[in-house]
Amino acid sequence: MPKEHANWSPYDNNGGTCVAIAGSDYCVIAADTRMSTGYSILTREYSKICKLADKSFMASSGFQADVKALQKVLSSRHLIYQHQHNKQMSCPAMAQLLSNTLYYKRFFPYYAFNVLGGLDSEGKGCVFTYDAVGSYERVGYSAQGSGATLITPFLDNQLKSPSPLLLPAKDAVTPLSETEAVDLVKTCFASATERDIYTGDSVEIIILNANGVRRETEQLRRD
Amino acid sequence: MFRNQYDTDVTTWSPAGRLFQVEYAMEAVKQGSAAIGLRSKTHAVLACVNKANSELSSHQRKIFKVDDHIGVAIAGLTADGRVLSRYMRSECINYGYTYEAPLPVGRLVVQLADKAQVCTQRSWKRPYGVGLLVAGLDESGAHLYYNCPSGNYFEYQAFAIGSRSQAAKTYLERKFESFPGSSRDDLIKDALFAIRETLQGEKLTSSVCTVAVVGVGEAFNILDQATVQALINEFEISGEEAPATASVAEEGAGDAAADQGGAAAEEEVAPMDI
Repeated sequence: MPKEHANWSPYDNNGGTCVAIAGSDYCVIAADTRMSTGYSILTREYSKICKLADKSFMASSGFQADVKALQKVLSSRHLIYQHQHNKQMSCPAMAQLLSNTLYYKRFFPYYAFNVLGGLDSEGKGCVFTYDAVGSYERVGYSAQGSGATLITPFLDNQLKSPSPLLLPAKDAVTPLSETEAVDLVKTCFASATERDIYTGDSVEIIILNANGVRRETEQLRRD
Repeated sequence: MFRNQYDTDVTTWSPAGRLFQVEYAMEAVKQGSAAIGLRSKTHAVLACVNKANSELSSHQRKIFKVDDHIGVAIAGLTADGRVLSRYMRSECINYGYTYEAPLPVGRLVVQLADKAQVCTQRSWKRPYGVGLLVAGLDESGAHLYYNCPSGNYFEYQAFAIGSRSQAAKTYLERKFESFPGSSRDDLIKDALFAIRETLQGEKLTSSVCTVAVVGVGEAFNILDQATVQALINEFEISGEEAPATASVAEEGAGDAAADQGGAAAEEEVAPMDI
């Protein structure tokens, strides 16, 4: 007897795109603010970026209910860490925690495509990119979500990272200045918005550097 | 208290209706170094005397941050206190996760009290040997509670526990009526004065005590040594007696008022549950 299948799915894709770029002393994390389901828009003003620690921001596209749950779990874990160690978690530590948290649900995954950005303990920008079950890598830049396929080749052209397989290891961070990086991100989203129907409305950009955090918003095409 | 044939088990009543093991646990609290707490409408302050095993060792941590809006000072078996602090932190985090709101202090102390009670009614357990002064903020203002090993808890305007706490209590009883309207800094000064009472002659310096504050617009934080020393210098140099603040509330404000928090005496202050 052929197996019966469920007539519903626990997952939905709310669309959207996330990008992060690491600099020598800054990090840019950006995500569009459109939340959709199927061919409809649920809202034009939804933030996909979450502050996990002083120097760690996570942008996630995919199923936003799972994203929200993931953000809450990580925030709670960070609180526990602070109680036990009397300090904030470093970005690489948070990166490992995120990976472990995702793999914990290996057989009923968080439908979340994450990009973690922040500053490491030396003050250099760091970006970590993930799949849905926790496989991760530190990179110089990354894009995730519905517009990732449109943005990644463009970033490769502009920022090509040295291969992580090279010996001696080459620095992953980009030589771009902070303002150049922010402009690049805005260009990425403007382009992705043109051809990806799930990306648009506006882009929220977080810039992290030694002086603190800055937030910028840029309007995108709403069609 | 002398040894008797009813004090071996916590599950054995004495003919007089006492549970000696619980009372012995409360003795352990009295042996710990002093901790005091006081509160106004908007702020609560915790202070404690730091005891170190020897000159070579570090001080014991007696004040713990439980959440942004709650902190606790302990006296007695500090290991038990550490474990209970971890429990309190966990409860706050779980409540925050479920309700995206801070756990009301009143709820937390009840949970803590129920947890302590369990240990007074199981033959394979022993009571926690630690008294906790829980200072916290909720929608109605600042609160101070005392949880003891028996599983009882009370709300206080000000209280002191641990060794030589009676001296501090005497001081607080003189001053408590002015606390509801006190400013944050006056409250801290009063806490330091109270701590000084327990030292009985020993010099009060910031290395001997720890002070923590929580209040409206101020997350629970432990003041750093430099700040505390500066405050101590302020009042030692000026040779000030404890800040004399004006208003004396209604009459009949003896120890009873502090313990039961009569609504009549403190209408504007955070209501105490009876």
